[in-house]
Amino acid sequence: MSRARPETPARLEIRGPASARRLWNAGLLASCWLAAAVVILPLALIVWHLLARGLAGLNADFFLRLPKPVGEPGGGMANAIAGTLILVGLGALFAVPVGVGAGVWLAEYGRGRLATVVRYTADVLAGVPSIVVGVAVYGLVVLPMGRFSALAGGVALGILMLPTIVRSTEEVVLLVPRSYREAALALGAPRWRAIQDVVVPSAAAGIVTAALLAVARAAGETAPLLFTALGNRFWSARLDQPIASLPTMIYDYAKAPYEDWNRQAWTGALVLLVLVTLLSAALRLALRRLPGRSPR
Amino acid sequence: MTVETSPVIRTVLPGSREASATGGAPPAGPAAGPVIETRNFDLWYGAQHALKSVSLGVPARSVTAIIGPSGCGKSTLLRSFNRMNDLIAGVRTSGQVWVSGADVLAPATDVVALRRRVGMVFQRPNPFPRSTFDNVAFGLRLLGIRDRGELEARVEQSLRRAALWDEVRDRLGHSALQLSGGQQQRMCIARALAVDPEILLMDEPASALDPTATARIEELALDLKSRYTIVVVTHNMQQAARISDLTAFMLNGELVEVGETRSLFTRPRQKLTEEYITGRFG
Repeated sequence: MSRARPETPARLEIRGPASARRLWNAGLLASCWLAAAVVILPLALIVWHLLARGLAGLNADFFLRLPKPVGEPGGGMANAIAGTLILVGLGALFAVPVGVGAGVWLAEYGRGRLATVVRYTADVLAGVPSIVVGVAVYGLVVLPMGRFSALAGGVALGILMLPTIVRSTEEVVLLVPRSYREAALALGAPRWRAIQDVVVPSAAAGIVTAALLAVARAAGETAPLLFTALGNRFWSARLDQPIASLPTMIYDYAKAPYEDWNRQAWTGALVLLVLVTLLSAALRLALRRLPGRSPR
Repeated sequence: MTVETSPVIRTVLPGSREASATGGAPPAGPAAGPVIETRNFDLWYGAQHALKSVSLGVPARSVTAIIGPSGCGKSTLLRSFNRMNDLIAGVRTSGQVWVSGADVLAPATDVVALRRRVGMVFQRPNPFPRSTFDNVAFGLRLLGIRDRGELEARVEQSLRRAALWDEVRDRLGHSALQLSGGQQQRMCIARALAVDPEILLMDEPASALDPTATARIEELALDLKSRYTIVVVTHNMQQAARISDLTAFMLNGELVEVGETRSLFTRPRQKLTEEYITGRFG
């Protein structure tokens, strides 16, 4: 113990000057904020624009009345609102069972060549432009039936929904902890019971979200409906007849040379946005009550 | 307990094994021989040789502990008893595993039936994200029991056996995820017991629990052995010493030594066992 103690222990210097590191940190943080703001900006602009231009035409008639002939003021888009609901419902009816089934299969059994083909097909399908889907359905459904129809529109929308549902379902099913499967199998559950009773319910929230996303996207599709559901200025709920829908009507009204129609197109766009938002909000609310909600 | 050293256990009743293999009959009465037996059992995960010629007998209505350092193959061995390793791709086996006189590895074996006889509790409590009642009733519903009264009676019985009834009787309808970790694990035990298995496999059942909850699981194991054959994997040697009648020590996929717990811990026959239990490695 002969070594002398240092007279003053070296002080820990923690109050450095504004170093390059700090500047770098501040700069990066600021750019993240900026990027986040830019993400919000388009939606904010859309909403603001729609409210500014579309709110004026929003009244009870819009929801309750059929379109009026050119030149006559007033009227509404009741048939288009109902038509959109019918078309989207039909599309979901086709796409959700098939998509969820395929997604679960991919997640649980998805090895081998067939699975690769299914995955690849879904990915390619997701990249097919929607107008091409419309043309294809025109050839596959409209021509054989001899007319435009709600059915054809539903098929087109269903095809557009399918890839999202398949791949998202696969992802959320893969997220179900392995311990759930093990617990079920260790209790003597056959594989299909484990999937049906434990895996799928546990992934239900994610599956519904996936379906919802697909439905919301499809609700705004215009191009595939132009060759399939066509549009209709009158009331129709028949599946074998052309049917009105908000997107096609917005399309027609927006490009028409009548100021009154243009105004209604804005209102239609606003209603479509609200409709999709309400739909997803309602389903999310319903999901909270689902027993199989993931514990996180 | 008439448990002796492993060489004796290994050679018990070859004849009865043959007989039951062909007949597929349930086991004879208690203590008629090992309820679980492996013979020269090897297992590979792909190229990795995880179990090397393991020959082990587990007597009925007792607690057998499998100890050893991490990665020694003890969980793999346990999961071979109810073929949970089937879930892992690339698993190959050779040798024999017998449970209650049935050849577990035979292609004709009904894995679902096997797992109903051999319950399992995992390292982490794994309740389903639903109510306590639905969790415990899960296996019963698999059996096709729909009658509400019967379900309620058997759920209560199972929860009582798992020493959990008094704590959850008022909230059977609440999510099992709201239970504490120790309660969840006892609920998982109740869930396994509900289908009335003969054997209960426990894979480090207390390693995710605090000391109090651990003590309760240990008490439970001791309590349950009057009715069930219990095999518990643990890397907690004190736990093995406290609850088991028979202890098997594994290292690098090999069964080094198996014997009555007291003598294995006080007079190990193998040098490796002695080094492990005195904490020189592992």
